[in-house]
Amino acid sequence: MSLENYKTDGFFDELFESDGTPHTAAAALIEQLDALSRADLKRRQKTAEDILYQSGNTFNVYGDKKGTEKILPFDIIPRLVSSADWERLEKGIAQRIHALNLFIQDIYNDQKIIKDKVVPADMIFSSACYLKPCEGLKPPKGVWTHISGTDFVRAGDGEFYVLEDNLRCPSGISYVLENRAVLKRILPKAFQTLKVRPVSHYGDHLYKTLKHIAPDGKDDPVIVVLTPGIYNSAYFEHAYLAQQMGVPLCQNSDLLVEDDIVYMRTTRGLKQVDVIYRRIDDEFIDPTVFRKDSLLGVPGIMNAYRKGNVALANAPGTGIADDKAIYTYVPKIIKYYLGEEAIAQNVPTYICEDDKEREYVLANLDKLVVKAVNLSGGYGMLIGPKSTKAEQKEFAALIKAAPRDYIAQPTLSLSRAPTLIGNGIEGRHVDFRPYSLYGEEIFTLPGGLTRVALKKGSLVVNSSQGGGSKDTWVLGEGEEFGGEA
Amino acid sequence: MMLSRVANSIYWMSRYLERAENVARFIDVNTHLMLDMGLSVEETQWYPLIATSGDDEGFTKRYGPADEKSVVRFLTFDDKNPNSILSSIYRARENARTVREIIPVEVWEKINELYHLTQAHSRKRSVEALADYYTQVRQSGNLFSGMMINAMSRGDGWHFARMGQLLERADKTARLLDVKYFLLLPRGEQVDSPYDNVQWGAVLKSVNALEMYRQEYHSINYRDVTEFLLFSKLFPRSLRFSLDYASLALSNICADQPATCPALTEMGLLTQSLQRADADSIIASGLHEFIDVFQANLNLVDQSIYESFFEN
Repeated sequence: MSLENYKTDGFFDELFESDGTPHTAAAALIEQLDALSRADLKRRQKTAEDILYQSGNTFNVYGDKKGTEKILPFDIIPRLVSSADWERLEKGIAQRIHALNLFIQDIYNDQKIIKDKVVPADMIFSSACYLKPCEGLKPPKGVWTHISGTDFVRAGDGEFYVLEDNLRCPSGISYVLENRAVLKRILPKAFQTLKVRPVSHYGDHLYKTLKHIAPDGKDDPVIVVLTPGIYNSAYFEHAYLAQQMGVPLCQNSDLLVEDDIVYMRTTRGLKQVDVIYRRIDDEFIDPTVFRKDSLLGVPGIMNAYRKGNVALANAPGTGIADDKAIYTYVPKIIKYYLGEEAIAQNVPTYICEDDKEREYVLANLDKLVVKAVNLSGGYGMLIGPKSTKAEQKEFAALIKAAPRDYIAQPTLSLSRAPTLIGNGIEGRHVDFRPYSLYGEEIFTLPGGLTRVALKKGSLVVNSSQGGGSKDTWVLGEGEEFGGEA
Repeated sequence: MMLSRVANSIYWMSRYLERAENVARFIDVNTHLMLDMGLSVEETQWYPLIATSGDDEGFTKRYGPADEKSVVRFLTFDDKNPNSILSSIYRARENARTVREIIPVEVWEKINELYHLTQAHSRKRSVEALADYYTQVRQSGNLFSGMMINAMSRGDGWHFARMGQLLERADKTARLLDVKYFLLLPRGEQVDSPYDNVQWGAVLKSVNALEMYRQEYHSINYRDVTEFLLFSKLFPRSLRFSLDYASLALSNICADQPATCPALTEMGLLTQSLQRADADSIIASGLHEFIDVFQANLNLVDQSIYESFFEN
């Protein structure tokens, strides 16, 4: 009953076909949801919110003196990913991470890709994400990007496109695990019927990934998570991951470096640390090497790392590969290192430096989104369909003057998913971030964070602007089923 | 082996929870004493609660004379009073937040829930309106202990939590005995009158000790209640019991430490002094004075624990 008036409004919908019938993979879920009354759905939504509130993954409402705390909005209607879609996503992500890892190794060592003129040198060296102190680094087992989260959007054609690679300290995995734990309590029957692939083994995989890079001879390495502290917005996640692995959660004051060895301060004196999953950004991690004003870092940790006495995940320097400017080169990077065509598609991007592409961009300014490569947050941007002739003229001049500083992309129409809004169910735009681990091999957790723009018509999924999250159910056959604890 | 910072946090998480629970007990005992004494609203006595808290200066400056409204606010919801229930639960929660990777998840959720419960009641000002809330605070203390007992491995984390709980409990049981000292009653002639004995019964009740006490002493009198709450080897809220088991926790923490640990020496001195003392001579020389000295020594133990484990 709850879905009887649902409309896809011409958008690609994650659960329904354009004619209003459910996708084959979603039929069982739709049947279950439709059997619930709206009041029942609302009651379940409230219970889910109560559970999340009680778990304490809350943030303080800004400017509220009474200390009111809120959870990140959560919608109980799951987003589905069919097994066929997932298989392709998984392959595309693995290929991408594999190539980008080789790219980073190359950039900080031999720089062959620059010498072969596949990526222009000034594109690399002008980037704020290129870290000179990382030159010559050779991380254990050749892995730089142990933990990553690839952002996808699904466009009107139903195709998944990569928006960003997030190779530094991507957050949000705790929401994936928490949302799942909640939804199993809220919609157990639907969960069971659909054969949803489990996510709760993420902590085991993360532990193995970290253990894999321990210095040689350390069979039972001391592994820790390093957090900026309880005032960091992702502190809950840092504690959660330490808990999932059963390892200490350290702040910088717990660690010190002596003779290039990292120690933690314990009730029984100093204890050597072998592997650090650090949730502190590159530029803050060692004030003797990067930002001198950092109060979060551990002085001397980079030297210990260089000497191979401690392993860091992720390796410092990975930011160069998820720089906005480098993004457009990823298909070429994949081709260069792996000799393969990219499986996961970039959003088609026109590089204005290229004569042919620039010509196309200039002729289609009213249809495209133009972005300055060195600016973010919506600055230096032209949204073609919403722009005036004067603005288009202005950007045409800018592009002609400095073509290398601009890229252009088609205006995407993000897919929508049914979402509980007020007393009914309406379509809302979503994106998708699956999480990957690179240890002995590349593993992508079959699930991920689906962010949803709760405001009607909005394409902005960020939590600061009215975004929430959904559990993501990856469907498929396999022996894993029924195995989730 | 655990991080010093984490050991410190789990010790204080446990202390603050015990503190919150005991403040709820104080308010309970005072309410019962007033009822038993047949005091009417005009002559209610709230000052003893402030006097025994050790925060009387701060209170008088900000609130003036002690009445139900001001004392309830000060002891329960005043975030400027570091020992109020709200402050204690807030700090327990902040400490729990920094150790949530090592405590059972239910413990964190319970503390979190208690904090939100406290926020939800924070506009109330009368003991009557808050009766259910105080009961819940005390029950949360039991739940917390139970979850720790049933779900926490007996490693250093457990021992630090246990030690924090027991040292706080010894301190608060001592202060509870002191509440009666401050009651503005004509003393002397009333000692051991039926009136007086009813009041001592209320003290026992507020620490759930009445039944255990009766099995050992059968009838209530000043001397025996004092002896029981100070020196019972068997009752889990007595000073002697709390210190004996805090010592045990400390010995476990210090086991296979390379050097002798100064905290162990300090704790040993205090336990021995309790083992040597007897109720009659304490009553003769003044219970209040004895408690003052005991609390000063307890602070020394706390200080040496800090220096032995948390400071490095």
